[in-house]
Amino acid sequence: MSNLKLRKLKNKIFHGLVLSSTLFALIVLIVLLSDIVMDGYKWLSIDFFKNFTSRFPERAGIKAGLFGSLWIIVITASVSFPVGVGAALYLEEYAPKNWFTNIIQINISNLAGVPSIVFGILGLGVFVNTFGFGRSILSGGLTLALLILPIIIVSAQEALRSVPKDLKHGAYALGCTKWQVITGVVLPYAIPGILTGTIISIARALGETAPLIMVGAVTFAAFTPESIFDSFTTLPMQIYSWTSRPQADFHNLAAAAIIVLLAVLLTANALAVLLRDKYQDRIKG
Amino acid sequence: MVENVKVKKSHKSSSKKNNLTQQKPRHGENVIKGILFLFALVSIFTTIGIVTILLKETVGFFKEVSILEFLTGTEWTALFANPKFGVLPLVSGTLMIAFYGSVVAIPTGLGCAIYLSEYASKRTRKIIKPVLEILAGIPSIVYGYFALTFITPIIRKFVPDTMVFNALSASITVGIMIIPMVSSLSEDAMKAVPDSLRHGAYALGCTKFEVATKVVVPAALSSIIASFVLAISRAIGETMIVTLAAGSTPNLTLNPLESIQTMTAFIVQVAKGDVEHGGLIYKTIFAVGMLLFVITLAMNILAKLIIKKFREEY
Amino acid sequence: MNAKMEINNLNFYYGDFKALKDINMKIEENKVTALIGPSGCGKSTFLRTLNRMNDLIEGTRHEGEILYEGQDIYSPKVDVVELRKKIGMVFQKPNPFPKSIYENVAFGPKRHGIKNKAKLDEIVEKSLKGAALWDEVKDRLNTSAWALSGGQQQRLCIARALAMEPDVLLMDEPTSALDPVATLKIEELIDELKNNYTIIIVTHSMQQAGRISDNTAFFLMGELIEFGETKKIFSNPSDKRTEDYITGRFG
Repeated sequence: MSNLKLRKLKNKIFHGLVLSSTLFALIVLIVLLSDIVMDGYKWLSIDFFKNFTSRFPERAGIKAGLFGSLWIIVITASVSFPVGVGAALYLEEYAPKNWFTNIIQINISNLAGVPSIVFGILGLGVFVNTFGFGRSILSGGLTLALLILPIIIVSAQEALRSVPKDLKHGAYALGCTKWQVITGVVLPYAIPGILTGTIISIARALGETAPLIMVGAVTFAAFTPESIFDSFTTLPMQIYSWTSRPQADFHNLAAAAIIVLLAVLLTANALAVLLRDKYQDRIKG
Repeated sequence: MVENVKVKKSHKSSSKKNNLTQQKPRHGENVIKGILFLFALVSIFTTIGIVTILLKETVGFFKEVSILEFLTGTEWTALFANPKFGVLPLVSGTLMIAFYGSVVAIPTGLGCAIYLSEYASKRTRKIIKPVLEILAGIPSIVYGYFALTFITPIIRKFVPDTMVFNALSASITVGIMIIPMVSSLSEDAMKAVPDSLRHGAYALGCTKFEVATKVVVPAALSSIIASFVLAISRAIGETMIVTLAAGSTPNLTLNPLESIQTMTAFIVQVAKGDVEHGGLIYKTIFAVGMLLFVITLAMNILAKLIIKKFREEY
Repeated sequence: MNAKMEINNLNFYYGDFKALKDINMKIEENKVTALIGPSGCGKSTFLRTLNRMNDLIEGTRHEGEILYEGQDIYSPKVDVVELRKKIGMVFQKPNPFPKSIYENVAFGPKRHGIKNKAKLDEIVEKSLKGAALWDEVKDRLNTSAWALSGGQQQRLCIARALAMEPDVLLMDEPTSALDPVATLKIEELIDELKNNYTIIIVTHSMQQAGRISDNTAFFLMGELIEFGETKKIFSNPSDKRTEDYITGRFG
């Protein structure tokens, strides 16, 4: 029976291996988070939120980045949400099954795999230079909107597909038009799922850096924007700028800014998960 | 004959007797459909925009630099006074990051996937999956910070003559970043393997190890490989980690302890500076971007083909 | 005899599959017509052609005509929205919307332009009474419809259809998901409703067809085998296959 023993041993070793890969991923996450917190927490203060960046680390803050990120995200969300949900509605509820619909669908899934910096190049070529929006909040917000559009569309499509056919048919049988069925039954049912996907996508946009470098976000801004045509910086740009400096103090400032960024992102994600759970409860009845 | 006992209905517009033609025009419905269709077209326009803008400037670039020099040259000194435009050092830098990144991510990600799909209890999985999602949701700029301020010093402790900016630190971090991608896509594929296959093997007295490696992984192999391809494509397109940690020295080398430059990091380097719009340097962004776009697109299509080709397995 | 609907030479296809073969039938006004036959015989497909619900399935087509008060419902002039207002439908599985009881009943009228609250209240009350549900729910009109029992949900769906004041009511095995007590209630309700509505009901149960219907149509493999007065079909069928089915030899 030594053969059986050997096989059981192999199984144990393998179990150990796959378990340790999982633990490795978890430990890395813990190390990453604690490294950043250790580096940065001392630099968090009220002033850190109220100050602009500065040549002197002790006077530097993230005010410009916070405001810039807020402006950008408002543009991104207000473009990508309606367009994304609209496109998903078209594809799920209206589109005929033909080659053109197929192309739209394949195109969306390919776009989701295009590196974010390529969207930045698109933003630079189209919004900044061709449309003449310049290195502005508008260019940045639109670029990020295009970047997250495929993710919003795909997640909204999933949410729309989860609406039971029974309910839709029930509404059609009452003589409702397609749009009445959509607004009366489909959207109310799917909206939590759509919002979950949207929040996660917008959180992704909030953390993006590379596309914004391409459209010319500045790294040293001592102002808050006043219109969508103003130049801007964002929180990740501020982190980038501080991290690329050689002095350790600036690295710690970057860590402090990362803490703020991650806090915002984790809150957004937690919100999305809560929404999703609530939504699943409702489906169970 | 039954007499007609139908009671007069209250809120029906009584004059129109059960007429089935449309009572009032519904132009709104068509307008809405048109708007939604336009929204769906935005993604098509995005692709057209990307391709057009890349092509236009790339064509301009190749009017001044020969394609042959670009694709086969071994020296990239685009920002120097007497520039050379051989893209191979940028490509090799990019591939090195992708290679060492995969060395970290593929075994670890696959291990995670096998553990979650075959070994972990339902409760454990419920805890670990969201944690991996957090790892996937961390912005790459944060990983860049981690590479530069945490991984690099550790490497330099072990190998003191490693450069401050080096490919290894960036590779390891890129690898960590793409672990969740490999693990979640692979796990989905393994979860999709029907339990009947597993039960059949268990009934023959197989251990979990044998079921996992001889039944589940082979059955899900196409999707698993596709997940590797997608993760590598992601590593190739990754920008902030390499910009911060791998350096900005185009360098045709195989030594991961040296400073290198990737395609993405070069694009960022140019965009950060004050480039004259329309100049040759400006156009390099698009030429390199085109190459990056083509490579990542090809890999994404490859991944889809792999999945499609082997779909009918069970 | 007063024919509310008339079906002439109807063929119906799902892609290449011919689901209905040359159906001819007259639906009498203010009668209950039962459609019976084994699973997959085409009775539900037939029911769904009558309010063009099959339009929602891609790749379907028909030949022949279906007349409603003399108008071909598949004519290009006919608006499917208007058609479905006249020909209401109740489904196999109760499918109330995830809204309050009140909103479920008011759903149709609201979307067809009735905004006046008092008017809506009146319609809701009248429809719920018509579906014999009013007394059970009048004190909790604003609670979720999904909290009702299966039988109550199905009566709510009937009320929802009645709120549109249809002319014809299609019912697709409305009691198959319900217990015997709830089934009895629905059957009593159908008997009540036929005073005001023309009812066409698909049923899997021959006893049910016998209890509630005036006319019965027996379908087999997409064909209408026999159609006539329920009493005659059940006591003295003219086709051997009808007899076999009714006596339980298959199905």
